[in-house]
Amino acid sequence: MIEVCNVKKSFGEKEVLRDVSFRVNDGDVIAILGPSGSGKTTMLRCLSFLETADAGRVIFDGKEYDLRHSSRKDILDYRKKIGFVFQDYQLFGNKTALENVTEGLIVARKMKKEEAVERGLAALDRVGMLDHKDFYPSRMSGGQQQRVAIARAMVSEPGVIFFDEPTSALDPELTGEVLNVMEKLAKEGTTMVVVTHEMEFARRGADRVILMEGGVIVEEDDSQTFFTAPKTERAKAFLEGIRGGDR
Amino acid sequence: MTERIIQELIDSFPKLLLTALKVTVPLTAISFTIGILIALMTALVQIAKIPVLKQLARFYVWIIRGTPMLVQLFVVYFGLPSIGVTLSAFPSAIIVLSLSVGAYCSETIRGAIESVPKGQLEASYCVGMTFPQAMRRVIIPQAMTAAFPPLSNSLIGLVKDTSLAYSIAVVEIMAQAQRIAARSYDYFWLYLEAGLVYLLICTLLTWLQRVIERRMERKR
Repeated sequence: MIEVCNVKKSFGEKEVLRDVSFRVNDGDVIAILGPSGSGKTTMLRCLSFLETADAGRVIFDGKEYDLRHSSRKDILDYRKKIGFVFQDYQLFGNKTALENVTEGLIVARKMKKEEAVERGLAALDRVGMLDHKDFYPSRMSGGQQQRVAIARAMVSEPGVIFFDEPTSALDPELTGEVLNVMEKLAKEGTTMVVVTHEMEFARRGADRVILMEGGVIVEEDDSQTFFTAPKTERAKAFLEGIRGGDR
Repeated sequence: MTERIIQELIDSFPKLLLTALKVTVPLTAISFTIGILIALMTALVQIAKIPVLKQLARFYVWIIRGTPMLVQLFVVYFGLPSIGVTLSAFPSAIIVLSLSVGAYCSETIRGAIESVPKGQLEASYCVGMTFPQAMRRVIIPQAMTAAFPPLSNSLIGLVKDTSLAYSIAVVEIMAQAQRIAARSYDYFWLYLEAGLVYLLICTLLTWLQRVIERRMERKR
């Protein structure tokens, strides 16, 4: 279980996150929705120590991490328990698909190479990329790269995987393959926090939905309630805006 | 061109080549190796934004790039003895050439490291790597691919810069040509021959650069 408490973050004068707290139970899939600039991505980045929050804590695996002041060792230890999938994949350009997946196991976790390769192959198989194991990123489509990136994030069996708009950089015809993989992981019980604009994923793949706006959580519901009977006016307006569009 | 001159050129060529192998090539190889290590460290302290060291690195690059190598050679070889540091010619040349390679190539390497998408560093962190691990395994290998052509350029430049060591009495190709010509007064032909030896070394390096680049290309 992960408990996120009172995260605050400003960039200069602009308050991007004002006191965000939520909870993720094991096996939960949480979709974080909201308009651009609502602080969704910044929150994921703060939760991974890619950005230093101005305040906030995470309680994870019974251990408390201060998002502002944590020692390098604590951050390293924390990061080994999470996975992160970036909007623009960020595969290592000098490594094949398989090496991308095994690198963290071998270098950061000091796993034996044979064991790492075995797990790496299994992870690539789960995302349907086994036949591309020897491909360099430059030889793969965006959707294929993102699937390898998902394999890289999950190969260490982290307590949670953060997804930062995983399909936003993809051509529309490639989003399907990535969403299918994510839905499969969700069904298999992976704990996931997904910042997304994909309403279909939020509706079908997520257990709970968090709607953010202006750096605060404006509504938090189970997925079905959110889409059928939202409580707040803001959530209603947000959903109407989306239905008004062509999604 | 008389027969005598042809004979002299044929006689002197092995001598110049031997000097190249015994002096110019080691001077280049040692200075370049030390220089690249300096360059890498200078680039890394700037990228890791380590206080004090970062400023020192910038200061060093500023001084070396902003002053002529001839001045630097004179300061080290003729100047340092007056404050009690006496170095012989060859080590003096190594020091100056290494520092020069270090300064110029640090900018090349810094640029190359910055050309690798920053997200890959973040991705390395997110699979649990430390900064040094990410640099060694992910960022620097890719930066080196980008830096390889300009670094080859620097290496070829260095081969020719070693001729400046002539000014502090290192007996390299130029000095050797000068000595031989002093006996026969065939300066024109011997200086041309010296140029030819440099050209040979640089042609070899250019060819080597192409071979290696083609091999790196295949690994993509």
